[in-house]
Amino acid sequence: MASLVSHPDEVKVVSKRFGKGATDVDRYLELDGYKAVQKALGMQPDAIVNLVKDSGLRGRGGAGFNTGMKWSFVPKQSSKPKYILCNGDESEPGTCKDRLIFEHDPHAVIEGVVIAGIATGSHAGYIYVRGEYRYLLEIMQKAIKDAYARGFLGKNIFGSGYDFEVYWHGGAGAYEVGEESALMESLEGKRGIPRIRPPFPAVVGLWGGPTVINNAETLASVPHILLGGAEWFSKLGPPKNGGTRLFCLSGHLNRPGVYELPMGYNLKKMIYEVGGGITNGRALKAVVPGGSSCPILTAGEIDVSMDFDSMMKAGSMLGSGGLVVVDDTTCMVKFALRIMKFYQHESCGWCIPCREGTDWLKKTLTRFHAGGGVKKDIDNIQYLSENMLGRTFCPLGDAAAMPTISIVKKFRKEFEDHLEGRPCPFEKAGAAEPAEMMA
Amino acid sequence: MLTHYPTKRSVLVPTLLYAQDEVGYLNHDVIHEIAQRLDLTDLEVSNVISYYSMLTTKPRGKFNVQVCTNIACMLRGGEELLDHCKQKLGIGHKGTTPDGTFSLEEVECIGACSWAPAVQVNYEFHENLTVEKMDRILDRYKQN
Repeated sequence: MASLVSHPDEVKVVSKRFGKGATDVDRYLELDGYKAVQKALGMQPDAIVNLVKDSGLRGRGGAGFNTGMKWSFVPKQSSKPKYILCNGDESEPGTCKDRLIFEHDPHAVIEGVVIAGIATGSHAGYIYVRGEYRYLLEIMQKAIKDAYARGFLGKNIFGSGYDFEVYWHGGAGAYEVGEESALMESLEGKRGIPRIRPPFPAVVGLWGGPTVINNAETLASVPHILLGGAEWFSKLGPPKNGGTRLFCLSGHLNRPGVYELPMGYNLKKMIYEVGGGITNGRALKAVVPGGSSCPILTAGEIDVSMDFDSMMKAGSMLGSGGLVVVDDTTCMVKFALRIMKFYQHESCGWCIPCREGTDWLKKTLTRFHAGGGVKKDIDNIQYLSENMLGRTFCPLGDAAAMPTISIVKKFRKEFEDHLEGRPCPFEKAGAAEPAEMMA
Repeated sequence: MLTHYPTKRSVLVPTLLYAQDEVGYLNHDVIHEIAQRLDLTDLEVSNVISYYSMLTTKPRGKFNVQVCTNIACMLRGGEELLDHCKQKLGIGHKGTTPDGTFSLEEVECIGACSWAPAVQVNYEFHENLTVEKMDRILDRYKQN
């Protein structure tokens, strides 16, 4: 199983129970488990929504939308059943945190789902776990079974008169399915093609009924907020960016791992003090701050606060918390290529700008990195990416465009160094052929 | 599982993966059986299968070695690990060894970034890998 690390700067909220055997329901109860949901059962739904709104909790999947506000969009009356859908389709490159929540604290996710249900008048929730996370799905299946056995789920939960069912659901391999509307399509047994918005899921979602979709970490944070209060959670981070979050440090770092740090923690400190600095005594070249969909930052841009609003101002995104650190032995053209290869593979194929755009960009970057590039390719790569941005049916097109645009802009010289048939300056002598295209 | 959803079709994706785990791959008989049970056509089921990367309609080796080469793993030797597996097993991406023991696949991010480079063999995670560790892991699977 994935090993845990720690650092003195950590503020453990959502990871408080990690490594403490909390998959066992009795242990979970000992560790303040299922107290928050009982508190929620005694509150007015609007009061719960406002509490979560005021806490400043924003979506931990990547989009960073205020969670309480999302819940408030669910209509009070609905002719169709309302649902809570936990997005456990963690697939954003660089991100490995929901995995730990499922592994160490699955009941917190269940509890968060039920609280979201009470707050919105829903009576059923689905916990979607990506297909590759089979061992975690099995942990979740057992946790759900145990919760039912104790009367925490099902009819009349905790003797409250409120009914709430929770079901697990396993995926079968698809990044795009993490997009909330594609997630619903997948759960309904179809290809994960996104839906047109409006209507938004909170109004028309699963099987046509109002649906709240939240990331697993977002939901796991909710019980802590119910117990600790909105003010406490809010003050852990900067204004409007409350709380802590799990940061997944990876790449050329001496101490990679998943660390829970307050929102607003400084990125430079995160890399050098928490992550232990760059491996092999090399220099930092670039950082992917929050999953591959974010614009990258150069070594000169890392003195920034890791919260949603500061990162937006810095021209990037907080994203999924997937922090990938790149040293100066890395070819940025190859890095851009690998990122585009991912998006081309994962594009659902529905809309032309994404399907054709990612394919053309991957082919061009492949030819370019292998030494077959011409000068106008560089401008074309940027131009095409900029024209994909905002024009695709879902944000996958944006996710492919943003890192590419940032790498071309910030590392143009490296692109120029690949021109005129020159071999990649970073490839060791006798390096392997560019990775074959995946089927 | 059918009682968990308002439509029969909703069980399709997890059911396909469970069926594949049992049978090894989604052949015509399995597709037809599932389609019948869910009031779908074979074509509707095939259309769903083709979308999901873990599902296969072709037989595979007993152990499917999935090597991640996405950014975090690439930075920590994932590509070299893939090349090594190709050489050691004598097969390429989506190939199967003649004795049917191993298949090999280059995959996208499996959620092990902080423990890179990482590989999945069927559903088992193997992390913090080196070429030497990978060899020992493959040898253990072969002995099974």
